[in-house]
Order: sequence, then structure tokens, then C-alpha cells
Amino acid sequence: MNTETRSDYLDSLLHGRDLVPEARAGWLKALRAQAVERANALTVPTTRDEDWRFTDLSPLYKVPYRPSAQPGEVSAAEFGRFEIPEAATRLTFVDGHFSAALSRMKPADGVFVANLPDALAAHDRLVESRLGKLAGTGQDAFAAVNTAFLHDGALIHVGRDHKSAPIHLLFIATRKDGAAYPRVLVIAEPGAQCTLIEDFVGLADGGYFTDAVTEIAVGENAHVAHVKLQREAQTAFHIARTSVQVARDGHYSNWSVALGARISRHNLHVMQAGEGSEFSIDGLALIGGRQLADTNSLIDHAHAHGRSRQLHKTVVGGGAHAVFNGKIFVRRDAQHTDAGQQSRNLLLSDKAHVDTKPQLEIFADDVKCAHGATVGQIEADELFYLKSRGLSDATARNLLTYAFAAEVIQRIPVKSLVERLENQVLEQTQIKS
Amino acid sequence: MPGVTNSAFLRLAYNTVQGVRGKEELDPLEFDDLVREKMKLLDIDPSFLGRSLNAGFSGGEKKRNEILQMALLEPKLAVLDETDSGLDIDALRVVANGINKLHTPDNGMVLVTHYQRMLNYIVPDYVHVMEGGRIIRTGDKALALELEARGYDWVGKEAA
Repeated sequence: MNTETRSDYLDSLLHGRDLVPEARAGWLKALRAQAVERANALTVPTTRDEDWRFTDLSPLYKVPYRPSAQPGEVSAAEFGRFEIPEAATRLTFVDGHFSAALSRMKPADGVFVANLPDALAAHDRLVESRLGKLAGTGQDAFAAVNTAFLHDGALIHVGRDHKSAPIHLLFIATRKDGAAYPRVLVIAEPGAQCTLIEDFVGLADGGYFTDAVTEIAVGENAHVAHVKLQREAQTAFHIARTSVQVARDGHYSNWSVALGARISRHNLHVMQAGEGSEFSIDGLALIGGRQLADTNSLIDHAHAHGRSRQLHKTVVGGGAHAVFNGKIFVRRDAQHTDAGQQSRNLLLSDKAHVDTKPQLEIFADDVKCAHGATVGQIEADELFYLKSRGLSDATARNLLTYAFAAEVIQRIPVKSLVERLENQVLEQTQIKS
Repeated sequence: MPGVTNSAFLRLAYNTVQGVRGKEELDPLEFDDLVREKMKLLDIDPSFLGRSLNAGFSGGEKKRNEILQMALLEPKLAVLDETDSGLDIDALRVVANGINKLHTPDNGMVLVTHYQRMLNYIVPDYVHVMEGGRIIRTGDKALALELEARGYDWVGKEAA
């Protein structure tokens, strides 16, 4: 693809903007206009870009996506499958449009949750001061396009020292084609605690496109637990950016699970904005067929006494392809950083493919950093142990595959989600018991 | 095997064996009742069920778990290879009692050991001495005691 068609593609996406309502607030108009300008100056990535070497997006570039003008229908039965009992508050978006009917607002004291246009009415200043600040559109063409389409989305604000029960953000795709640009802004004030579940689901098989941006500001001594569940249709495209900033002594935990999409990419950027922040980042991709799942993470230790633990696992079957690019940056002032990163990959077939690239860049001299990567198949002696107790080859393989994935799933702090995901993994690994 | 819970593994193994024998498979609740009953019989801590199979198990725990598997899978012939090595006295007693309770006229158990100490708890029907892959002497429990007292050398010399 030459440079001209690459910039043409962004232009073709931007043409769909006539389907998005005008922004009422002047600052939001300006933010969107800047994003259009930025997108116009950028080109979409190709495999010649270092960060995209293993992920070829050319199938995406064949379709000039437009956002859906109207949300599709979601039946009660379809919807029921995705309910999370622990989450008193749920915001649902159907094909990019906020659905009040499928949402449930019971935020705890000191917690404000709303669709962005409604949030602006109540907290215009707050949103203005934070929106678009963390996921600066920079070189990220897809974040720029998302911002150019900014309209519906979720705002979560947890006040100082307040606690929130899990909040469920459900993004449903009913469409066979078209684009959605989900947007999330989470602000946890100092001492606040919240659990957030971003859940991307697809109801129809089709080559639709999700381009999501999530910004999370974790205040001093605040705790944010964040589950990102990507279970789009197997034929869809999913590109998401999660940008997180963690203030002094703040904690951020992330569990990202990728099960769906033909091509998915998660850009996860976690930045330490004060001393003593802690991050725990877990990832799991479980893919087969012709799927590609790419995780690109950057953990930026910019201050002293930071601690991070990252475990990224992939289970790759069929002719699928998993990519992990995990950078840990330890800046000069980030003394006494304690960072650990593990990339563990399980190949289930001869044609499955993994590219993993753990990277440590350390500029401080008194730090503890470790990383490791393994790519392997199911252990022969473990298989033998199970088979010697009567299990069939297939059952034994499935059990071991399931166990490999379960290590990440079992860490998720929402019980009903753990059970549901375990069942989904059991189905996908075909254990019948 | 981190992530493979002992209870899930035991149930899968049990149901596979039941299927082969043309017997009824159990659902997780029924199986839970059965396995707890067996654990009580064998004096095995129920917390075993929730743990990952063999992950962080001590030598004694692994062997207790093997005995539990034997109780559930009911093999016609069990070969217990150096089951007594690395066991403390309590674990040795649990394992030995398990073997005693599971031994019936309808199954066979071959205990491979270098020592007499397990035979303080288990009374063998036969004691065979093997050398170089051949059985060179056969006797009853008295032979084990004699071996403990005199060592193995003399058996080899007499057989030669």
C-alpha cells in the first residue's frame, strides 16, 4: 500500500462523521476538530512500522467503514447472557449508541456514572479538563479517529475516598458491518476504589469495526481494577487503546482477555505519575482459526519506588497468530523500581504462530527488573500423567489447555465473570465433562 | 499442573474409567460426595480437592493423592513403585492404611520397595526378591524380615 492510499483510508473513515451529532460544548467541538486535523496528518500503520511488524491490517483497509446511524435490536434473551450480577451499575452501548433502556444506574454514594453527553451537562468542567488528555492522539491514528467521532461514551467519576461496586460497560455489536467508536473516561479521585468491566460483545457474524479509547486517571492512593473483555464476532476488527495514569501510591490492575475478532489489537499504556505506584497487568488471548490477537503494552516507570507485575498468556490454535509486544520503561528517576514481566505462550497446532517481544529499557541504576518469555506446546510428561490415569488424549490436552488459560481468568476479581469465562474457555477447548 | 484442580482431574479420570466399564458417570455434586467419603476413609485432608494437581505438593502429599486416585479408579492391578520413599511416619501410615483398605480379593497390588518399614503396616501375601530383572527368591512376610536383618547379598549368592 502506498502512502497515498494509507492516508486516504483515514479520510474515508472520517467521511462518516456526518452521521454523528454535532458537539454542543465549544471545547468538545474543538477537541474533535483537532483530532480530525491530527488524523489528516497521520497515515494508518502497516507492517513496515516497527510497532505493527507482525500485524497486517490490510483486510481492515479494504472497507471504508461508516458508523451505524441507528442502534440494532437486542432481544432480552441475548442481553441476559451478558448480565453481571455483581455490577449494580451498567452502561450499555449498542452499535456505538448509548441505550438507556439496557442500562442500569445504581451508583454508590460519591460515584457518578453517565453517558458522556449527559455527563457534560452536570460536570462539563471536569470532563473538559480530563477528556483526551491521557490518550493524546499523538501518533495513534485510530485514537485520533475515535476522538474525531467522540459523542456517546462512559464517564465514571469516583469521589475522594469513595468506593464503587463493579461497573459494567457493555458494548454490543448487532451489526454485520459499520464502525463504532466507544469512548470511556474514568477518574478515581485520591483514595477512591473502583472496579470496571469493559465488555465488547458481538451478536452477528460480520466484518464490523470497533475502534475504542479508554482513559483512566488513578488518583493518589486510589485503587482501580479494570477488566477488559474482548469477545467480538470472530469476523470483526477490534482496535483499542487504554491509557492509564497512576498518581503517587495508586494501584491499577488490569485483566485483558481476547477471545474474539478476526484481527484485534490492544494498545495498553500505563504511566506512573508519582512515587510508589503499583501495576498488575494480566493478559490472555485464546484464539483459533485465522484469528490474530495483538497486545502492545507500555509500562512507564517514571518515578521512584514503582512496582509492576505483568503476565501475558496466549493459547493459539488452528492457523491463528498471537502477538505480544511488551515494553517496560524505567526512567532515570525511577530508582527502586521493581518490575517483572512474563510472556507465556501455548501453541496447540503446527500452524499456530506466536511473536513475542518483551523489552526492558532501563535508565535508572538501582532497580530490580526481570522478564521472560516461553513458547511451547503441552508438556509431554503432564499429558502422560493424565493419560496414565485413564483420560483420553483429547480430554487430557483440553484439561491442560484450560488450566493454562485459567491461571489468568482465576485472578479476575468478579466471581460471576470468572465462572462464565471458565465455561467459555471450556467450550472453546471442547472439554465435555 | 497449575490450574488443573485436583477435583476436576479426579472427576474426569473417574468418569472416563466408569464409562469404559459401562458404569454410570457422576455429575460434579455426586462426585463430590463420593470423593469426600473416600477421603474420610483414607484420612486425607479435604483441602486437597481445591488445590492444583501436584502443584506445590510435598512428596508425602503426592503419594497420598495417588492413594486417593487408586481408591477412586479401582484398578485391578496397581504397581506401587517405592511408595514409601521420602515419607514421614504419619504419611507412611496414611499410605499404608490406604493400601490395606483398598486391597480386596479381586485386585492385585505390587509394592516395590527397598525396605521393610512399610511392611510394619502391610502384611504381604508374597515377598519376591528381584535381581537383574529376574525373581530370584519368593517367600512370605518372614522373608522381608530376614532381608532386613541380613541384607540382600546372601540371596544373590544362594541363587547363583
